[in-house]
Amino acid sequence: MTAEFRPAISACPACVVAPSAEDMASRALPQTTRIALSVPGVHCGACISTLERGLAQVPGVNDVRVNLTLKRVMIDAAPHVRSEDITAAAHRLGYEAYELDAGTLMATTQDKAGRDLLMRLAVAGFASMNVMLLSVSVWSGADGATRDLFHWISAAIAFPAIAFSGQPFLANAMVAWRTKRLNMDVPIVMAIVLALATSLSETIQSGHHAYFDAALTLVFFLLAGRYLDYRTRAIARSAAQELAALEVPRAVRLTDGQEQTVSVSELRVGDLILVRPGGRMPVDGEIVTGTSEIDRSLLTGESRPVFAAPGQVVSAGEVNLTGPLTLRAIAVGQDTSLHRIADLVAIAESGRSRYTSLADMAARLYAPMVHLFAAVAFAGWYFATQDARLSLNIAAAVLIITCPCALALAVPAVTTAASGRLFKRGLLIKDATALERLAQVDTVVFDKTGTLTAGVPEVGDLSHLGTRDLTLALALATASAHPLSAALRQALMARGITPAVVDDIHEVPGFGTEGQWQGRRVRLGRAQWVGADATSATAAWLSVVGEPPVEITFTDRLRPGAAEAVAALKASGRQVIMMSGDSTGAVEDLAKRLGIAQWLAEALPGDKAARITALQNQGKRVLMVGDGLNDTAALTCAHASISPASALDAARVASDIVLLGTDLSPIAEAIHTAEMATRRIKQNFALAKVYNLVAVPLAVAGLCSPLIAALAMSSSSIIVSLNALRLR
Amino acid sequence: MSVLSYLIPISLVLGTAGLLFFVFTVRTNQYDDPEGDAQRILNKDYDDRPKP
Repeated sequence: MTAEFRPAISACPACVVAPSAEDMASRALPQTTRIALSVPGVHCGACISTLERGLAQVPGVNDVRVNLTLKRVMIDAAPHVRSEDITAAAHRLGYEAYELDAGTLMATTQDKAGRDLLMRLAVAGFASMNVMLLSVSVWSGADGATRDLFHWISAAIAFPAIAFSGQPFLANAMVAWRTKRLNMDVPIVMAIVLALATSLSETIQSGHHAYFDAALTLVFFLLAGRYLDYRTRAIARSAAQELAALEVPRAVRLTDGQEQTVSVSELRVGDLILVRPGGRMPVDGEIVTGTSEIDRSLLTGESRPVFAAPGQVVSAGEVNLTGPLTLRAIAVGQDTSLHRIADLVAIAESGRSRYTSLADMAARLYAPMVHLFAAVAFAGWYFATQDARLSLNIAAAVLIITCPCALALAVPAVTTAASGRLFKRGLLIKDATALERLAQVDTVVFDKTGTLTAGVPEVGDLSHLGTRDLTLALALATASAHPLSAALRQALMARGITPAVVDDIHEVPGFGTEGQWQGRRVRLGRAQWVGADATSATAAWLSVVGEPPVEITFTDRLRPGAAEAVAALKASGRQVIMMSGDSTGAVEDLAKRLGIAQWLAEALPGDKAARITALQNQGKRVLMVGDGLNDTAALTCAHASISPASALDAARVASDIVLLGTDLSPIAEAIHTAEMATRRIKQNFALAKVYNLVAVPLAVAGLCSPLIAALAMSSSSIIVSLNALRLR
Repeated sequence: MSVLSYLIPISLVLGTAGLLFFVFTVRTNQYDDPEGDAQRILNKDYDDRPKP
């Protein structure tokens, strides 16, 4: 912050009135930026202090606020602060952090729909409590003028309260009415309207029974279910969609040798684009100048970097590793290979679109039954007594009793409890029916690169290298940012090796690093470049002129928890399959390490999806776990799907569940929780059914007073909610 | 029973006051981070001085 000296009293009054151009300019610039991060690791009060204090020390940061419920950090910082600085700082403090898209975040912070529901819930709660108090005195024996007065006051509270709180149901019922389909909201609205109407007419005729309290409690419980449902979904939706897109939003375009940063949407076919090392290709293009290596793991599943030279075609989404590349765009925007894979996803028939949730099945059975019972009760009593008032009263009682109050809470209460439990373990449920589908899974298909493995290479056996070679390798590896070099450097430093003195070290992009050691040329790089025969393994070769080159092999490091997850899934009797686009050798090796008996290597994106569809046609329920673009079609057609937070945007969108941390072990537990949740949902339905079996005959027989209705409704709703809470 | 003519309005006024207070808490984002707030109150960081 720079302090500005400004004279308070100016010699010329016009200068004070007209703001200086400088002042205008500084006002036009944004003073602060807001950065939002998802931090799955925060779980306690100490984490809040550590993160807030630690991140506040990053230069330029003005304010840090941790939201523990959503596991997020909001940062207010000077415009020059980049989100990478903050994520790096969070990593140093020991927390994984992923940037969230601040643009979509703004839309959810002013979460109008959620607040609206909460407001309606509050009004319904307030009104139902007041009316309940009045009703209690009526039940305990108030009669004559007092009872009428209490009924009138109840009516005065109930009508405006329901007119405000009941709007969501009314709106839904209207939609259902217009499309001629029966949903849960139709019986709800009918029950409320009929209850209010008969109660009002009873009050006018100074009758004994009014159902104002029942109508209000009904609205209250139903809104509670709706709010829980909304909240669970809102948290999941915001966190999953706001993880900032991995696809690069900006690119560097070269026009007449001038670098110009432009938005990807402005790029046209034929533009020259500069991609720096570490950058992702924004478009499909042909390399014009520069050599490098590219990492295609997210697109194809190959773990080994591929050599890139002029004339070669690269696809959007691939990562440039070592040297700067200039591309000429061949396909932009919708035509890139990234988008073509997205089309493949659109074709794959979604497993979830065919799935009918338990709640829908219950509603489909239940809604017609409610109307039928009420109509039968009305008709029966009318024929028996010829008393329209009494019959209408009984029909209203039947509607209120059968109204799916406990049923409306049965699913949301359980999913809220289960999602909360899974969120604590770092899993985000995006889809409402994901838990039910996850519970049915009997086959789990894993992608390899980036899912079972961390996508980070790890140095293999080094025993065949002498100390001299190790020191040379370290010296050469230090000069490069290539992932293999970084892994080698880390491993050698950990062994306490000191680098040899190598002069004139320089990186030859796409090939390796080269230098002079005691007058001899030393190289660390690709097999062909050092004059060795390439093998199938991922390897770097070290050569000293005049000696045969030595191979340094790398394996892909396992993701933490991968072995545990696979073991736990196998122990629970599920079939585990690995499908990868990587080479057979690498896939077989990993399958042996993890004890996976069935695997498929060199699979194309279409192959994975086809194999999963084939499995499902055999009657299997497949859970797909994957992160790459090549997995998206498979993620879509599987019965349920999980992707890690590090996955490509398209993959996260295609899956129902997002894994927030790097650890894979919660997957097995998630299936267990999902099974328990489904069991609870079924129990809740059974409870609601038992309650109906007891209460409906009473109502039809005309024995159901408002007191019994109130007791039955509240107790069943509370029992259902408590049963759901056992999950937490 | 004439006491009712006082008690009912009083109870309604009190209830409405509670409702309005709740509306105020919703408007001022006090339900955005219930878990965090529960933890923050136990934290001694800003006991002696306000947050800068």
